Amino acid sequence: MQPTTPNFKQNARDAIANDPLQAALGKLAVGFPMRRLEAAARLPEFENLRDQARDIKTHVLENLDYYLEAYEQKVVESGGHVHWCRDAEEARETILEICQKAGAKTVTKSKSMISEEIAVNKYLEENGIEPVETDLGEYIIQLRKEPPSHIIAPAIHLSKEQVAETFRNAHIDLAADRDLDEPRSLLEEARAKLREKFLGADVGLTGANMLIAETGTNVLVTNEGNADLTNNLPRVHVVIASIEKIVPTLEDASTILRVLARSATGQDISVYTTFCTGPRRPEDLDGPEEYHVVLLDNGRSEMIGSEFHEMLRCIRCGACLNHCPIYKSVGGHAYGWVYSGPMGAVLIPNLIGMEEAQHLPNASTLCGKCESVCPMRIPLPKMLRKWRERQFRAHTGAPSARWALRGWAWLAKRPGLYRWAMNVGVAVLGQFGGRGRFRSLPLASGWTSKRDLAAPAGDTFINQFHKGARGDQSGALMRKKVH
Amino acid sequence: MSDTAKPTVGLFATCLVDLMRPVVGFAAVKLLEDAGCRVDVPVAQTCCGQPAYNSGDKTDAQDIAKSVIETFEGFDYVVAPSGSCAGMIKDHYPEAFEDDTEWRPRAQALAAKTYELMSFLADVRGVTSTGAAFEGTVTYHDSCSGLRELGIKDQPRALLSTVSGLHISEGKETETCCGFGGLFCVKYPDISEKMVDAKVDDIVATGADTVLAGDLGCLMNIAGRLQRRGLSIKARHAAEVLAGMSAAPAIGEPADEE
Amino acid sequence: MSAREEILGRLRGKLGHSDAPNASNPALDHIQEHHKNLIPKRGDLDKAQRVDLFVQEATRVNATVVRVATLEDVPDQVSAYLREHQLPAKIKIAPHESLKSLNWQAKTSLMVDEGRGAGDDGVSVSVAYGGVAETGTLVMSSGPQSPTSLNFLPLDHIVVLQAADIAGDYETVWERIRNKAGPGKLPRTVNWITGPSRTADIEQTLLLGAHGPQRLHILIVDQPGG
Repeated sequence: MQPTTPNFKQNARDAIANDPLQAALGKLAVGFPMRRLEAAARLPEFENLRDQARDIKTHVLENLDYYLEAYEQKVVESGGHVHWCRDAEEARETILEICQKAGAKTVTKSKSMISEEIAVNKYLEENGIEPVETDLGEYIIQLRKEPPSHIIAPAIHLSKEQVAETFRNAHIDLAADRDLDEPRSLLEEARAKLREKFLGADVGLTGANMLIAETGTNVLVTNEGNADLTNNLPRVHVVIASIEKIVPTLEDASTILRVLARSATGQDISVYTTFCTGPRRPEDLDGPEEYHVVLLDNGRSEMIGSEFHEMLRCIRCGACLNHCPIYKSVGGHAYGWVYSGPMGAVLIPNLIGMEEAQHLPNASTLCGKCESVCPMRIPLPKMLRKWRERQFRAHTGAPSARWALRGWAWLAKRPGLYRWAMNVGVAVLGQFGGRGRFRSLPLASGWTSKRDLAAPAGDTFINQFHKGARGDQSGALMRKKVH
Repeated sequence: MSDTAKPTVGLFATCLVDLMRPVVGFAAVKLLEDAGCRVDVPVAQTCCGQPAYNSGDKTDAQDIAKSVIETFEGFDYVVAPSGSCAGMIKDHYPEAFEDDTEWRPRAQALAAKTYELMSFLADVRGVTSTGAAFEGTVTYHDSCSGLRELGIKDQPRALLSTVSGLHISEGKETETCCGFGGLFCVKYPDISEKMVDAKVDDIVATGADTVLAGDLGCLMNIAGRLQRRGLSIKARHAAEVLAGMSAAPAIGEPADEE
Repeated sequence: MSAREEILGRLRGKLGHSDAPNASNPALDHIQEHHKNLIPKRGDLDKAQRVDLFVQEATRVNATVVRVATLEDVPDQVSAYLREHQLPAKIKIAPHESLKSLNWQAKTSLMVDEGRGAGDDGVSVSVAYGGVAETGTLVMSSGPQSPTSLNFLPLDHIVVLQAADIAGDYETVWERIRNKAGPGKLPRTVNWITGPSRTADIEQTLLLGAHGPQRLHILIVDQPGG
């Protein structure tokens, strides 16, 4: 998709004015964090498991070349095919080719962020193949031609009335006066519609939550079961996954699974965790006859060893979105591309370029909540700061802000001059701040457009202190033994 | 204790306290002296460099950090009445010099003896009560840096709970960012407004008449929004209350109103 | 240069690895070790407690669980389930030896089909490879006796699980599967199933039965054999 990331500020304003979106975000902001906390509280080992999950991926990234080769060998041994792709275009072409060879008319899909990243749906449509998203949320936004607004809850921004309207416009073969008031009736309509698609599809395209090197397996995690009908029923199963999805063993996958759902939805484990290895065996009664893995780089190998290396540990759980005060204010679409939230703010500039995405690393208070909940302990604020350093070196951003900042720094490096300037400034502002605060102030409109500004007291603390002032003294202090 | 046996504390007043709210500096000095420390406030201090560091201006941030290190490395401890500035020195100075073999050890040494005020009082000096009094219901906002970089959560509450006449009413979102974020609040005013409004709503819901915190940046943001919305809830640095210096007008309030 | 060589080459360069073939590297060594990471204490129980924990956890996630003494009790339980939910007396069973050998017609007349799942199947009965007490999870392993489609197409899924096959944790079941399939191999599909299908994609309202079964009914067989 064409990123709207450069319009982040306007996108954010629109999002803040969008009432149904704000209602949805308000609900999300309470529900997900509360359930995550409850799940973590039920598992005393949760924090230690986070450490281990981090260590597993750290080890994988340090040996990624070895693991990819080992993984590939196992896929081939189990009868599957691995297609290495440098970028989105190669991946799209590879998928199309597999579909065309299979004579496919319909491709069912289960939710995959990588498939959003490479915009494969549009490409398949242009080539006469119908892609059908089967995750309920993805199905809804596909009908609306929108990108996902959350990694694990793609239609979180919509009200049930909006979904009903979408279904009425899309399912024109059904009675116009049917009752679509409740989420249950919406679900039943989608289930029936998608059941036809599942049974008729020629190719099933899934993502992968993990790729297991030990066995050449892809792991799929869903609550709906759509990934299972997608990979099991069609004649061909295609997995699209990026190279950093590798984990070494079944044991390592299990450890990561123990933190994934707890971090994402607050479930102990998702309803369906599926391990697919190769095509169906000769004696099997069902399953695909062909198994393909499209292994995508798309900028990841360049991130190895860079200051964004640790971002490759991300398992796309969405916890950083659920806990981010910025995400909770503006939702996912404001970020203007397929990812959002803190992980998006780090990843998007890596994938579409710093120029396009320059707002994202700046639109953060670096409050650190994301890092505190990330199951893989990715230092997201540190990486946002790394982007800001790159931008500063490249002179992107408003020149006025740059000069104000550099001016302050210039002064801060000259204590004598700084003290003189501050004394003058504080004295002047103190003169005008008789009511204790300013409602508007030239050069501070960024602040005073939204809030009052407290006025300084007329003399600096350091001045007063060195003149011998000690403030108002009273009270007695008690201490316990110093340890 | 003789004066020479007392540990020396260099008070890093922070630029905001120095310029905007001297009473916090006096409160810090008093609390530190009462806790048995010899306090000095070096005149050569300016800013910790965080605005530059968080804006990607690493070179200027390093230069400012060097001057802070030089000014403060002679003290036994460095204490700041701010989780944000203490976090800058403690967490980010060593990080800013990670590739600098000369300055990294000096940054690490300074980091090791740098503390936020309330955690220093409680954890290092073993202060259990400051003997202050304050009539009213307060709620406490956890500043992000203090909470997540320095693990400050229980210390201010433990100290405040011994203030006579003071009742603490906890918000539901005390750990959520207020939307200040330094330059963030002027670069992205709409998002910042949304965040500070959520913070203000949470404070209002506690029924408190005063909101306390350990960081003047957050407090000025919250106070400014409270006042813009015409709410009468007052905002103060927790040190003012702990030092019994709450006779001063609250943040952004005129002197004659008290 | 092929994409494969380009990607691997870049990784080798950045990681400082040589491209010479080597029988041993940190990845291959780690894979062969099957090292177990931290396993939560929650499932570390004796057999009876494990079964109890499994029941508790499966029930928490909206599965229904009934314990039966022997495999021969299964047809009665299936009939009772169909009556309780007012479902047609028609089931599709997995072609599993332990189900095929049962006398489905002893008390009630049931239409029993066997084979893979079909789009119009209402109720399926299949046999779990194992269970995991830690989270009340069923482990289904695909094969001629256990077609995967039966786990997903019907609206009602009934699963027969031997109490003896309930492990405390996932790792124990992996070991069993690995021993049976051989090192580095797995059946085409292993499904962990924890409760019935669900979605919260519309206004974060939790609804069961999104694409997979709306109800998951587990029959735990206490005595082995049959």
